[in-house]
Amino acid sequence: MIRFDQVTKAYPDGTVAVDGLDLTAPTGRTTVLVGPSGCGKTTSLRMVNRLIEPSSGTVLLDGRDTAGLDTAELRRGIGYVIQNAGLFPHRTVADNIASVPRLLGWTRRRARDRALELLELVGLPASYAGRYPAQLSGGQQQRVGVARALAADPPVMLMDEPFSAVDPVVRARLQEEFLALQREIGKTILFVTHDIAEAVTLGDRIAVLRVGGHLAQFAEPHELLTRPVDDFVADFVGRDRGYRALDFAAPAALEVREEPAVRLGATLEQARAAARDGWALVVSDENRPLGWIDVGAAAPGTAGTDPVGHGHLLLGGTTARRSGGLRELLDAALSSPSGRGAVTDDAGALTGTVTPEDVVRAITAARAEDAAAGAGRETGPGATAAGGDRNRAAAEGTA
Amino acid sequence: MIALRWLSDNAGVMAEYFLAHVWLSVLPLLLGLVLALPLGWAAHHFGFLYRPLVAGSALLYTLPSLALFVLLPQVLGTRMLDPVNIVCALTVYTVALLVRVVADGLAAVPEDTVRAADAMGYTAVQRWAAVELPVAVPVIAAGLRVASVSNVSLVSLGALLGIPQLGSLFTLGFQLGYLLPIAAGIVLCLLLAWLLDGLILAAARLLTPWKRAETPA
Ligand SMILES: Nc1ncnc2c1ncn2[C@@H]1O[C@H](COP(=O)(O)OP(=O)(O)OP(=O)(O)O)[C@@H](O)[C@H]1O
Ligand SMILES: [Mg+2]
Repeated sequence: MIRFDQVTKAYPDGTVAVDGLDLTAPTGRTTVLVGPSGCGKTTSLRMVNRLIEPSSGTVLLDGRDTAGLDTAELRRGIGYVIQNAGLFPHRTVADNIASVPRLLGWTRRRARDRALELLELVGLPASYAGRYPAQLSGGQQQRVGVARALAADPPVMLMDEPFSAVDPVVRARLQEEFLALQREIGKTILFVTHDIAEAVTLGDRIAVLRVGGHLAQFAEPHELLTRPVDDFVADFVGRDRGYRALDFAAPAALEVREEPAVRLGATLEQARAAARDGWALVVSDENRPLGWIDVGAAAPGTAGTDPVGHGHLLLGGTTARRSGGLRELLDAALSSPSGRGAVTDDAGALTGTVTPEDVVRAITAARAEDAAAGAGRETGPGATAAGGDRNRAAAEGTA
Repeated sequence: MIALRWLSDNAGVMAEYFLAHVWLSVLPLLLGLVLALPLGWAAHHFGFLYRPLVAGSALLYTLPSLALFVLLPQVLGTRMLDPVNIVCALTVYTVALLVRVVADGLAAVPEDTVRAADAMGYTAVQRWAAVELPVAVPVIAAGLRVASVSNVSLVSLGALLGIPQLGSLFTLGFQLGYLLPIAAGIVLCLLLAWLLDGLILAAARLLTPWKRAETPA
């Protein structure tokens, strides 16, 4: 647990970067600091490992005042990841990752084994061990940065905009992997970003800071999206907050319709027989949705006995997991050329389809449930907030 | 014919001169580097020391070398003919050249790299030895190459004091009114400068395998 207790940082030039910050980042969870540029996120983060010393107040790690600890020792127990990874240019990937273990006096052998283990954990091939940072892409360097921070298995990780310097596609991948990794390792993470979408995707709890280092709101993502405390937070969270909040509404009341799909390689006649409203869903041998076929428009001159091939498929529709958020389901319904969104189980096998109307009905139901839970929370302390489903991050494939 | 004769007659002397020249130029180079490393670090680490140290060392470099050779025995209490004078004088020049090079080399280490080292719990000394210095090697090596050439040429001035090394071939040729010793001295000086340069280059390459990774062949 990381606790900021009335922490203030005034730089020598008089800039007050952080002002009376009270914040607790719970053990084993991801706490995100988010806010506009210059609001004191980086300053707050660096006060944890004492790269910056607070002007007043205390930062506590598991109840111990960090001011009383030896800095080198403190820092070896805290993983730190920054925007451009900050890898040592003169060390190989494996030696970079082994840095802290070596500082801690591990043998060369053990540190190297650990480095290879971490390389695998962050999804890089072992053959990269001997490369130098200059031989890696930005995304790969960032992975090595994460591996290096994890090397000595520190209980606490500080991450300062680790994914902002890579392109959106790589960023989305890294975020997904981050979530999967964090589910596995359960570190106490303090994560800084200025991107509210990233905050909502990755955070268990989100602290919104305003310029001058004031804490504006500290809440779970769903709460932040649906109940911003003031105009500043509402503005910062963004205009599409209503749509994004759907991520956190569990689609309990959603009814998935049965969809008579055809396999790739079936005849066009079979597809015509299975089609509803002129559209048939085509699946792979493993029952994964592949795409839709417009049976009315199947190319003239093709015989009914011709097999359905990839060339017939209309792609572009996303698929949604039944266990995913309502946003994923709504997107699948809206993006499908047939107006029916393909829904799968967690393994990606087709379970049925939903229409936009189905999803909207589920949204209405979820809101009612949410309102009831909200009322319950006000009257009884035992009630828990709805939503918070955190497993929506896995890939949204195309169908 | 006469020329060949002269060369073979004096081969032993020339070899002696060559060896003397080697250590008179290499020893100050090493001593200067050893002194410049902490001084350069101080200039880089303590901002307020940078200007005085760099300006001061630049000033040292403008000291006329012959004056230094003549003055040093009185300062050090050595004999005029003592090679120690040359070693000391050239060490001063090497330091003068390298303090700035080391300071600037350390300053060129990316800030992210330095901060990452701090955040990982490197102590100041560990950070210097394991991160900053290795990353600054290419810059320092470039400075060393300049200093080594400068030393090789300055050593020959010792001939004016009667300290034997390749420069003695110049005075000899002058006294005899004979061009050959002078030409031989120049060729051997060039050869030595070239060898030292190659050695420094090779050492730098050995120490920076990562540099080659940055610019694929
Ligand atoms: N060394 C310093 N001296 C003086 N002021 C500083 C210093 N470092 C940061 N500041 C100021 O403190 C404030 C907070 O800076 P900080 O780096 O914490 O912001 P941030 O929230 O991380 O911003 P960004 O999103 O742009 O990274 C800013 O106004 C900044 O200009
Ligand atoms: Mg910042």
